[in-house]
Amino acid sequence: MIREAAHDSPRAAAANGSGQSKRAYGPVAAAGRFFSIENRYLPPIFITLILLVGQVSFGVLESFSRTLLAIGTAVVFELVLTRLVYRKWPVLASAYITGISVGILLRSPEYWPYALTSAIAITSKFAIRWRGRHIWNPSNFAIAAMLLLAPEYVATLSIQWGNTLWPMLVVWVLGLFITWRVKRFHITATYVVSFVALAGVRTLITGHPFLAEVAPITGPMYQLYIFFMITDPKTTVKSKQGQILVAFLVAVAEMGFRLAQNVDAPYFALTVVGPIAMAIDIWRSPRTAEKAKVAEHA
Amino acid sequence: MRIALTVLLIGLLATPLVIKRIAAHNKPSVTPAGALSRYGFRFQEVSKAAGIDFHHTSPHLDGKLQHIMPQVASMGAAVSIVDFDRDGWLDIYVTNGGEGSRNALYRNQHDGTFRDVAGEVGLADVNEPGTGASMGAVWGDYDNDGYEDVLLYKWGRPELFHNDGGKHFTRVTEQAGLPAWVNANSAVWFDYDGDGKLDLFIGGYYPEDVDLWHLKSTKIMPESFEYAQNGGRKYLFHNLGDGHFEEVSEKLGIRSRRWTLAAVAADLRGTGHPDLFVANDYGVSELYLNEGGHFREAGRETGIGYAPKSGMSASVGDVFNDGRFGVYVSNISEEGILVQGNNLWMPKSGSTAANPHYENLATSMGVELGGWSFGAQFGDLNNDGFEDLYLTNGNVSLDRNHNYWYDYSKVAGGNKAIISDAANWPPLEGRSLAGYQQKKVFLNDGSGQFKEVAQLVGVTDVYDGRSVVLADLWNRGVLDAVVANQNGPLLVYRNTVSPDNHWIEFALEGSASNRSAIGAQVRVFFNGQQQLQEVSGGSGFCAQNDRTLHFGLGKAAVDRVEVRWPSGKTQTLTAPAIDERHKMVEP
Repeated sequence: MIREAAHDSPRAAAANGSGQSKRAYGPVAAAGRFFSIENRYLPPIFITLILLVGQVSFGVLESFSRTLLAIGTAVVFELVLTRLVYRKWPVLASAYITGISVGILLRSPEYWPYALTSAIAITSKFAIRWRGRHIWNPSNFAIAAMLLLAPEYVATLSIQWGNTLWPMLVVWVLGLFITWRVKRFHITATYVVSFVALAGVRTLITGHPFLAEVAPITGPMYQLYIFFMITDPKTTVKSKQGQILVAFLVAVAEMGFRLAQNVDAPYFALTVVGPIAMAIDIWRSPRTAEKAKVAEHA
Repeated sequence: MRIALTVLLIGLLATPLVIKRIAAHNKPSVTPAGALSRYGFRFQEVSKAAGIDFHHTSPHLDGKLQHIMPQVASMGAAVSIVDFDRDGWLDIYVTNGGEGSRNALYRNQHDGTFRDVAGEVGLADVNEPGTGASMGAVWGDYDNDGYEDVLLYKWGRPELFHNDGGKHFTRVTEQAGLPAWVNANSAVWFDYDGDGKLDLFIGGYYPEDVDLWHLKSTKIMPESFEYAQNGGRKYLFHNLGDGHFEEVSEKLGIRSRRWTLAAVAADLRGTGHPDLFVANDYGVSELYLNEGGHFREAGRETGIGYAPKSGMSASVGDVFNDGRFGVYVSNISEEGILVQGNNLWMPKSGSTAANPHYENLATSMGVELGGWSFGAQFGDLNNDGFEDLYLTNGNVSLDRNHNYWYDYSKVAGGNKAIISDAANWPPLEGRSLAGYQQKKVFLNDGSGQFKEVAQLVGVTDVYDGRSVVLADLWNRGVLDAVVANQNGPLLVYRNTVSPDNHWIEFALEGSASNRSAIGAQVRVFFNGQQQLQEVSGGSGFCAQNDRTLHFGLGKAAVDRVEVRWPSGKTQTLTAPAIDERHKMVEP
């Protein structure tokens, strides 16, 4: 769910007018290409970096073996299902991010939930589609399903990564940089502003301290959510105004879940709002969807 | 293809339901009456019949904490076992917390009942306003006069009481040189330097400059839910032998400020020196390796100090009957919210005394989930030859229909500027937080698996359990259980064990070693196996088992017994009589 499909393929990007017609050379140009929207490996590289920093510094993972199991399962399902459905070999960046997302965000003393969650995530991408696009962020769907179906065995990462400033700075800097490079900063900004404003509304309703209502967004788990999850291009609507509206609506839905005292409010908010927004987006722009379908199958 | 994919997805989504169904199907079902024949034991709660009517009360802290008082003032119910008058029958010391409340010392009447004599001997009025609230007590004969003295640790002024011949206790806190105020939830007696005199570890929880009844600031809470290092300091008091103790923690390598809730000392590596395992709330556990009188914190390098959890209890047991200790640490698990899982740290293959490594086998052995876990103790409950595990749990039981989890998780995930200030914590408003939880009795099947049987063997209470001890209260060759509950009654679970199984017990008394024999190891060889136990100066959560070591034997006789005293002397008994207690004095 953390930017599971890094972004559209170069061909699709070109079709959207964001591709470069002339390729420049030299170290600066190479760096520019690396940190560009066309580099589908950029988000997985940064996520891996964040994961390693978090694990080495604070042991954020339940265990390396569980995370590897989640990644391995996602990769295997992606390989098998892509071969069976499209008869081609997939680019595995998307599956890798799905697996690593599950590995970071899921907490369970058991091993099987990691494999099962990854399997559900990848399978949902193939099984739940409309007009060639999947409408649920795969790992968001899978984690929400596990929270509903197996609460005895799983929880989500809801803790702080540490008290020192620099790990948070790393996440903020990387997150802001990536969202800016992939043109998703407005989504993150909208969500943050909405969350803080709605925290004020919740304070008025509950009477609880404002800082208590704001507290969740100050934790690095939330930073992963706002930088990498709600900005997932494959499961966000196309127009910029639409993306801003959806980010706001996710925050509103989250407030509803929070007022109902649901500890997994951000996950369920995205699970509910995301597909509705996608369905409307697909319904309103069938030709765009067809183009995306063609680009994906190419 | 789409249909096939949909079927696959539905199948995957149905998998948790299938797993739950299988787990429910495999769950043992037996009536309590059938537990004796099925599992070889059953418990019956007998506190009233035993003359025990003790109800714990929590302290009322500074009004600035009023909105979260039940969550903050949620500890202090503790129990420890001692034969304070050396009459050969075990007595029970219980702590209380409310201002002006009285602790109780239940003297064994030898007829199945107990009588509270705390007032008579000077151990009752220890919670006077201004002195803090009791959190626990550990017993040890620090002056080797043959009678067990007691260290009472509190959120407040720690107190050392000298046992005057089993008749009275004299407060010797100032003479001993103990600090004026420590907010402690753990203490253990152990002889870390092997000089024959018991030393003392006290682990701070809140910082020692915080008086919870008179707060200067509300910024007293942990700075993180899992990485907090703004807790109380640790103390290691070296026994100078003249009634004085010298504080040597810094000098000997113990410098942590984590939020310690439990500690246990044991020779985990077979070096002859007791190591110190410290379980911390809001963070990782710590393992202080004793390198001949100096300590080196090796949590990370040994594997136990990596994943931060909420350590509540630390106890030591030889669960495989292979002569090696594992350490059980209880944590927090709540369905769908926080699944930390408890830890059972077992030495990895290839682990050596010089290079110890541990792995967490709690999941594979079936002892990981215990709710909001607190005290846990190992002991062979059915005398089948394998150490079982008794775990109590439950945090705050108030309104059954409303819980505080959501609001708790809100601040728990926040930045330290928010979580560390109690003023930012949402009010509890009468809600429960992990309340009314069923206890866990994990039965060791001897093949690496534990089966949870609490409800089936008669452990059915749902109080907010804190401290548990296992002891042969009535000299019957079985381990009974005593549980102290926060804002609840002291429960005494009398054990009935199948007479088919044999047992053997060892009551040790040191001479060159400390007289309490704390740190002595007994290795019983039977049925082609060996089981290792060590006399402990405190284990679990705010608890101390009896110093007498109890071994179940199943149907087997004992081949031999090896005793290693803290002084290093060893003794071997060949084919000792079974079904009896052996009193041994260090030669």
